[in-house]
Amino acid sequence: MDFSADHFAFFSLPRTFRLDAPALDRKYREVQAQVHPDKFAHAGEADRRLSLQWATRANEAYQTLKKPLSRAQYLLQLAGHDVGADNNTAMPADFLMAQMEWREAVAEARAAGEHHELEHLHHRLKTDMAGRYEELAVLFDDAHDPEAAADRVRRLMFLEKLLHEIDDAIAALEE
Amino acid sequence: MALLQIAEPGESSAPHQHKLAVGIDLGTTNSLVATVRSGLAVVLADELGRSLLPSVVRYTADGAHQVGYEAQAQQSVDPRNTIVSVKRFMGRGLGDIAHRESMPYDFIGGEDAPGMVRLRTAGGVKSPVEISADILRALRERAEAALGGQLVGAVITVPAYFDDAQRQATKDAARLAGLSVLRLLNEPTAAAIAYGLDNAAEGVYAVYDLGGGTFDISILNLSKGVFEVLATGGDSALGGDDFDQRIFCWILEAARLRPLSAEDARLLLTRAREAKEYLTFHGVAPITARLGSGELVDLQLTTEIFTEITQTLVAKTIQPVKKALRDAGLQPQDVKGVVMVGGATRMPQIQRAVGEFFKQDPLNNLDPDKVVALGAATQANLLAGNRAAGDDWLLLDVIPLSLGLETMGGLVEKIIPRNSTIPAARAQEFTTFRDGQTAMAVHVVQGERELVSDCRSLARFELRGIPPMVAGAARIRVTFQVDADGLLAVSAREQTSGVEANVTVKPSYGLSDDEIAGMLKDSLEHTRDDAMRRALKEAQVEAQRLIEAVRSALKSDGELLDADELARVEAAIARLQTTALGENRRHITLAMDDLEAETKDFAARRMDKSIRRALAGRKVDELNQIGSQGEQK
Repeated sequence: MDFSADHFAFFSLPRTFRLDAPALDRKYREVQAQVHPDKFAHAGEADRRLSLQWATRANEAYQTLKKPLSRAQYLLQLAGHDVGADNNTAMPADFLMAQMEWREAVAEARAAGEHHELEHLHHRLKTDMAGRYEELAVLFDDAHDPEAAADRVRRLMFLEKLLHEIDDAIAALEE
Repeated sequence: MALLQIAEPGESSAPHQHKLAVGIDLGTTNSLVATVRSGLAVVLADELGRSLLPSVVRYTADGAHQVGYEAQAQQSVDPRNTIVSVKRFMGRGLGDIAHRESMPYDFIGGEDAPGMVRLRTAGGVKSPVEISADILRALRERAEAALGGQLVGAVITVPAYFDDAQRQATKDAARLAGLSVLRLLNEPTAAAIAYGLDNAAEGVYAVYDLGGGTFDISILNLSKGVFEVLATGGDSALGGDDFDQRIFCWILEAARLRPLSAEDARLLLTRAREAKEYLTFHGVAPITARLGSGELVDLQLTTEIFTEITQTLVAKTIQPVKKALRDAGLQPQDVKGVVMVGGATRMPQIQRAVGEFFKQDPLNNLDPDKVVALGAATQANLLAGNRAAGDDWLLLDVIPLSLGLETMGGLVEKIIPRNSTIPAARAQEFTTFRDGQTAMAVHVVQGERELVSDCRSLARFELRGIPPMVAGAARIRVTFQVDADGLLAVSAREQTSGVEANVTVKPSYGLSDDEIAGMLKDSLEHTRDDAMRRALKEAQVEAQRLIEAVRSALKSDGELLDADELARVEAAIARLQTTALGENRRHITLAMDDLEAETKDFAARRMDKSIRRALAGRKVDELNQIGSQGEQK
């Protein structure tokens, strides 16, 4: 077993965006069942240290692959495409305009304390994002077009951030 | 104390030798110790048959101390030297402690005294770590008397919402008490283990744990021998004590009392707690007390008033519940059952609020005072290696609060987000900003807010020994590792030269290694001979544990070693075996290091093999068969 293998190879999963989620869950649990520190609590120090490293490695791999955005970013990284978090701001005008509208709607609902409106925005955004992830699957796995995928991933990074802001606004209203 | 069973070289010791391990619930109000006996988790009682040990310690001028009921009996007489609810002080600064003006203690320093609080008592200055250690020591002695042998280790529970400083303080206390900590286990998780195994529960469960001084909510998914914590939340300074405090304030107002003496304050707080407990089964609680001045307090507290004055406290527990559910991506209706834990959940208004929120009756079929200790004992039994593989379970827990770094302008950059499954690690690269810079400071904070000043300062790490280079040329990779106890460790390496930077930790609210060493030395000096014997015994137990671990590894994976390597490992075992019979602790430690060194590669190969097997998609029970038949390389 190569400690530095990529996350897909680590779980012997194909390097694709479409994911057999139950298989990932199963493999992750099977690996943890072997390496988790709880299995080595009574073992010697060398075993305990190794167990900590492997269990950490398994958690990192699992977390990266489980969520679609981090999985997509990871695939791009493996393909040598840097999605550069902040330095790539060349977004089309219509996308940026839509972003501003979303943000205004969130700010308004937040200021007015409209809990339901925020929940509604959350739901709408989730639906919108689900469609975009479908598109991403086609670009990665069918069209094999990482260039276009990188562009969609940058947009999704904006949207995930927006989703966080909506959730934070809901949390703030509850406090 | 026939614990050491030395087998002949080459012959493995009995595989089913039961190792003595306990679970300890170190509570705000009461503490308990439990163990697994004949496959059943039981709470160990004292010689009078009492399961609970009140978490109360009294220090007297002759340097002695009392713990538990004995100390509790003196709290109104000697409130200044009788420390209750010390858990609320663990890993906390003086400025953090609510209601300290109504506490009878002699705190050292002012509002912004640095570091963890300290109390001046008749028995000297005490840190909360030392006071907790005295409670843990009493429990350890109780367990060793009941089980007739030295413990191999203990699982100690902590509130899930405890931050790094509070966890570290708990672990330090255990060390001072002479306990080997197998794991710090989150209290709601311990309860989930006890409940889940007892009821063969499957699905999403919430554990609502309101203790004496802390509140936790954990959302778990239970499935096929896996306990997976999805999210956790809480308030590490909210508990039954706060309900007492509300009643206490109500008494002061209703009886128009002037500022009280420490004795009167303690007396009324005790009456307040009694009234709270009485209201669980009655509609009205009488409160009567004769104060030091001779003045008589005689009041009636009704359920209605009690509910009204504690309404905000109840609401304060629902907020983290909502947040934890949202973090888990779930709705209240997704939760299959709500397990109630902690004595404070007996209050009817709590039961009602939780029932209304989840739209179902909470589960109260476990003793809320004991379930955490029982779960901890069950886990301790597993961790000590008393269960066969395949007959075990996997526990995946999370950190409750995000870990972050201070960046420019007092802002926080999150490095490991809350609810990350542990163990977790994240590396971050830094560079120097001055030519020839050889040191750098890293400030680690814990919390969810954007400003450093709104988060909890954990520690300042100083990296030294960076090779001098021009500004911006050094690339220092700092690795933050959170272990399975939820504790953070930091290491650093300069990437271009490969030089390991030296990391010095200055905990903000903890004890430094030197302070711990000092306390350890003090406690050893009190009972020097005893401590020496104990240390020797511990080393012998450790040595035996290591030999057993290596033997069982050789049995299942011996084929991973060639004849030469095998001979060297066997020789190291034999050397340790002989040394462990002697009386020289240092020699035992050296022989253990020697065996560890000889088996380092072996351990790596075994880990490798077990992961390969796991990924081949085979089930654990199949693996055991393969393991015993020997697998091809």
